[in-house]
Amino acid sequence: MPESSFKDHVRESRTLASRAIISAAVVVILLGTLVLRLAHLQITNHSHFTTLSHENRVKLLPLPPTRGLIYDRNGVILAQNLPTHSLEITPEQVKDIDQTLADLAKIITISEDNLKRFHRLRKQKRRFDRIPIRVRLNEREVARFAVNRHRFPGVDIQARLLRNYPQGESTAHLVGYVARINQQELERIDTSNYAGTSHIGKTGLEKSYEDLLHGTVGMQQVEVNAAGRIIRVLENHPPTPGQDIHLHIDARLQAMATEAFGEKNGAAVAIDPNTGGVLALVSKPGFNPNLFVEGISSAAYSALQQSDDNPLFDRALRGQYPPGSTTKPFVALAGLETGSISFEKELFCPGFYQLPNHEHKYRDWKKHGHGRTDMEKSIVESCDVYYYALAHEMGIDKMSAFLRPFGFGQKSMIDITGELRGLLPSREWKESTRNIAWYPGETLITGIGQGYFLTTPLQLAHATATLATHGVLRTPRVVKQITGATPSDMAMPLQPEPTQLPVIDQKNWDNIIFAMTQVVEGIRGTARHIRTKDYRIAAKTGTAQVFTVKQDEEYDAETVAEKMRDHALFIAFAPVEAPQIAIAVIVEHGGHGGAVAAPIARAIMDHYLLDHKKITPEDQP
Amino acid sequence: MIPRSPPPREFTQSTPAKQQGALAWLHLDLPLISGLVLLCGFGLIVLYSASDQSMAQVERQLIRLGLAFIVMVVMAQVPPQQLRRWSPWLFGAGILMLIAVLIFGHTGKGAQRWLDLGLFRFQPSELMKLAVPMMVAWFLSSARLPPDWRRLLIAALLITVPVLMIAKQPDLGTSLLIASAGIFVLFLAGVRWRLIIGFMALLAALAPALWYLMRDYQRQRVLTFLNPESDPLGAGYHIIQSKIAIGSGGIYGKGWLNGTQSHLDFLPESSTDFIFAVLAEEFGLIGILALLSIYLFIILRGLYIATQAHDSYDRLLGGALTLVVFVYLFVNTGMVTGLLPVVGVPLPLVSYGGTSLVTIMAGFGILMSIHTHRKLLPT
Repeated sequence: MPESSFKDHVRESRTLASRAIISAAVVVILLGTLVLRLAHLQITNHSHFTTLSHENRVKLLPLPPTRGLIYDRNGVILAQNLPTHSLEITPEQVKDIDQTLADLAKIITISEDNLKRFHRLRKQKRRFDRIPIRVRLNEREVARFAVNRHRFPGVDIQARLLRNYPQGESTAHLVGYVARINQQELERIDTSNYAGTSHIGKTGLEKSYEDLLHGTVGMQQVEVNAAGRIIRVLENHPPTPGQDIHLHIDARLQAMATEAFGEKNGAAVAIDPNTGGVLALVSKPGFNPNLFVEGISSAAYSALQQSDDNPLFDRALRGQYPPGSTTKPFVALAGLETGSISFEKELFCPGFYQLPNHEHKYRDWKKHGHGRTDMEKSIVESCDVYYYALAHEMGIDKMSAFLRPFGFGQKSMIDITGELRGLLPSREWKESTRNIAWYPGETLITGIGQGYFLTTPLQLAHATATLATHGVLRTPRVVKQITGATPSDMAMPLQPEPTQLPVIDQKNWDNIIFAMTQVVEGIRGTARHIRTKDYRIAAKTGTAQVFTVKQDEEYDAETVAEKMRDHALFIAFAPVEAPQIAIAVIVEHGGHGGAVAAPIARAIMDHYLLDHKKITPEDQP
Repeated sequence: MIPRSPPPREFTQSTPAKQQGALAWLHLDLPLISGLVLLCGFGLIVLYSASDQSMAQVERQLIRLGLAFIVMVVMAQVPPQQLRRWSPWLFGAGILMLIAVLIFGHTGKGAQRWLDLGLFRFQPSELMKLAVPMMVAWFLSSARLPPDWRRLLIAALLITVPVLMIAKQPDLGTSLLIASAGIFVLFLAGVRWRLIIGFMALLAALAPALWYLMRDYQRQRVLTFLNPESDPLGAGYHIIQSKIAIGSGGIYGKGWLNGTQSHLDFLPESSTDFIFAVLAEEFGLIGILALLSIYLFIILRGLYIATQAHDSYDRLLGGALTLVVFVYLFVNTGMVTGLLPVVGVPLPLVSYGGTSLVTIMAGFGILMSIHTHRKLLPT
């Protein structure tokens, strides 16, 4: 290479040295920039990135509390948490999902719906999450899987707690049920407390006492990796389980009362007048509340909704029926206490009543009339004409004002949500809601519990209990005791202070109760067939018209279709000397109250006053 | 920076061959090899943590490092004149293999880089990391320096052809490294400043044009670099998590094996391209300063060796190979700290992985050969 001989080695070496020094300087400057950048990240913004790093790895996991249990007065369980078994797959641990599913289907029934649900959930969840393929495995299926378990890595049986109502239909309306939380509820509840909870009380006690039953959520602070898998637990705050609730209700009384209805629909409410405790709260027909817990199928739900028997309707709290003749003792008492009439005064009943200067005949249920009738007879034989006259004499204002404190036309404030207020007609009510003047004729039919007058079975039982205690008004309560709760954390007091209704003369009350006793004990009493030697009953039968008979027609139970037949009503309390139970029974389309409703009340009283006391000590473990 | 006189002791220690026994007999440079051993040792400690305490991974890396050191020792035995004679042949062979890769190459991670030679797979682009600076140095040193414009143009062509071929594979990181190696040779050869400034201006002007030549994923990387928060779960995830790891490390770090970002897998590629973030998280700024000091020492020692060489070829090649190590370092750390866009360049001698390790160590072997063979040359 000839050119190289001309090379100036010294000059080239010098050039390179200077360029190397420049390079070194650039290297140092760039490394300095890098260090500045690192200082910016590691010193200036250190706390910011420390927070981000912490947020990356630490997650809060909610630990849902165990829901409180519901017991009846004797410790019988009405709502419990049962472990159920579900079959769950962890996709990450399964080599061939389709093959595994096919093999599983050979030993456990897996429906098309199950598969669809599984594949849908699989897309939503992460690979290491367990995904249920079947829920509510029965014992045979659990056993069959357990034997074959070695063949299915990544498939597990998981036990979960599921709400269960062992009494089923008979307590369905009373206890209510829980089901999955819906969107509206999400907006209402404290979402942090429900972070791990999937179910919430929807109806009945489960809804009313939701706050106490639910408990307080616990928290687990865990360290997770980038994929969200839990690496370790950093902190653990266990949940506070929900409170257990003990009821005044007697589950066997409840079941027995349900059974006593037979094929008929209706409602029965029994209250202990001394405490206000509700002993039975029956709405027939019931439904199986357990269906709702795991999510009821739409077919089953629409079947329940569209049934003519309307099983989802809580008749005891929401059923509004004309009280019919069961109003008579209260109207009679109103007459006595307002001085409108005396107990002994006799009126003549020709089978109908006419307002002065009016043509219209207000009929008695007995076509040819009761003849000379005093107050006792009017209650015992349920003479309508007597009450037309009394109501006319008293006037709607006095009558309405007297009946209101008994709870008619207003909520009883029972500790279950959803009760309706019924309707106690009054001049103000009619003028304010309908903007029509009150007609005198309406006073008459209000006097026999018809017309606008509507009561719920609960209101009737409550008013009967108030009558039994000579005006001591106790707010009805279903819940007797809450384990562990202090009274101060409760929205509703367990035993509110009773109030005393004004009493003009105790004798008036005694007279009414005496007349009610004669309903059962008198030879012409409308409920004489339920008379018993064991205890004395005070009662009143009633019939509520479902449709109105025209002026010159006659009501004939035989020819009227079942749906159009009158509702049978019955109110009672016993024993008369020291009342322990007050009852209201309504049998829908049952016809006459004494015939259908009275035996149901009698069965309830028998059970509570006789069997109950004898059986309970031996039955209880 | 290198003080011109007197030079610090550590740079001057290695000159007399007889004082150093075995090292001298093996043509090895004590300061350089000390720096390299220190760096590799530090790297293994970080790797143990970054790999989730996988002893197997550390062992595999140790085997690779052992292999790379053997390659370094072998290269140190080859006198620079020999290398100089091989330069055009090596370059030619490299170009042929790049053509072969483009035609028969194996695709790995979406790019065509591998050539299957039966026994093992070979990445010709790695060879070009050495062959390009060798070729350019050979070509320039064969004539008077600084080169005239005709020779400069040919040298530019020698760089551009392989760089474009590798960029087409596509391997942006490697083509960048090779281009910088060639450019360093030109810079060290004394190309006039006017030309350098002109070249930089041209690059700036061409940048928009470059945008249209880039592949979608490369454009995405640039966009992500400009605004990582725009896509926190997608492309920006790497940079965001890496910054969190570094920033949360603070001055003193979270302690060895205590880095949550890497151990809980928030930091991707924690043992390869992003191992620097693991170090920053666990050892803090202190650890980083220690690591950067070792690199600075190695680079300065390499530049010193280049200035001490007796031949233009040796000087140009030695200096360029040293500066390429800095490019590795800066591109990697710049990417991990969010200063530069994400370009797949490993942290030299620390990142887990084999191919570039061998090339880098071969480069250090050449440096040692340059330094230890110069007494044997007639002056």
